[in-house]
Amino acid sequence: MGLGAYIAVSAALFALGIVAILVRRNVLYVLMGIEMILNAANINFVAFDRFNQSAGGGGGLEGRMFAIFVIILAAAEAAVALAIVLNVFHLFNSVKPSEADLLRE
Amino acid sequence: MELTDRVFYAVVATLAPVAIGAGAFAAGGAGAAFGLFAWLVLGGSLVCLWERSVVRSAFALLGTFGGTAGLFLLLGSDFLAMSQILIYVGGILALILFGVMLTPPDLTERKLPRVASGLVAVGAGVAFIAAKVAMTADWVQAAELAEPKSATREIGVGFVAAEEYVIAFELAAVVLTVALVAAVYVARRRVVDLAPAPSGEQV
Repeated sequence: MGLGAYIAVSAALFALGIVAILVRRNVLYVLMGIEMILNAANINFVAFDRFNQSAGGGGGLEGRMFAIFVIILAAAEAAVALAIVLNVFHLFNSVKPSEADLLRE
Repeated sequence: MELTDRVFYAVVATLAPVAIGAGAFAAGGAGAAFGLFAWLVLGGSLVCLWERSVVRSAFALLGTFGGTAGLFLLLGSDFLAMSQILIYVGGILALILFGVMLTPPDLTERKLPRVASGLVAVGAGVAFIAAKVAMTADWVQAAELAEPKSATREIGVGFVAAEEYVIAFELAAVVLTVALVAAVYVARRRVVDLAPAPSGEQV
């Protein structure tokens, strides 16, 4: 399969992640949507790395390294996000993002 | 299970042989594998978006993450595929499931019209941008692809070699440590929270 197929899958995954963030009224779905978007970006990084001409068609290291750092930061982000979700639920007794409105007042 | 759910799962299930068949028709065995993994990725995230229950959504993400690992394998990045399974499936999915367990379920939260209109709106936007990109972008691709080779050793050397990624590697380690310690600090219950609230004061 060529580069275009991977980019199409990644674009569709990105769109589904955005929809998950937009339409579901639960912070956990926001978290899941972010993970989908990061995965889509990772597929793009690795695919461009594989089809990179300057690496002689064998795949270089840059794209993979980038994807590894994305995975590392996603792990850190998930841990912090879970802590925030627990705190928001504790404060507002709800996991709806629209209920967390202390800064609005 | 409602009728809409039945129809949805039937459609998702029938997409599997369609994707595998289309891939096999386009590029043989590797194409069939690509179709399977692409179906896992997109089907998993579709089910995650559709499902009422957060637990089922979280488990549907298993397909998304596993399918992504398969795509990495097809692209010749075996190390990345294994880290994807270890970190996403073993770490992040477990964290999300902990979040599910510690918050109350709300089975009435999903509104089908909202999901459908979101899919249409974002799908139209992404399709527009994709068409624009497909028309204008001209990526210089490798003429012929070499056999994918395992780069685990190169990645390991790249992490510690001074002229490569050692600064980024150390920085990522510091960020991870700080973030995890901070997450523990933020998530813990304070002693004040455990004391009974003064009467007449509702938060």
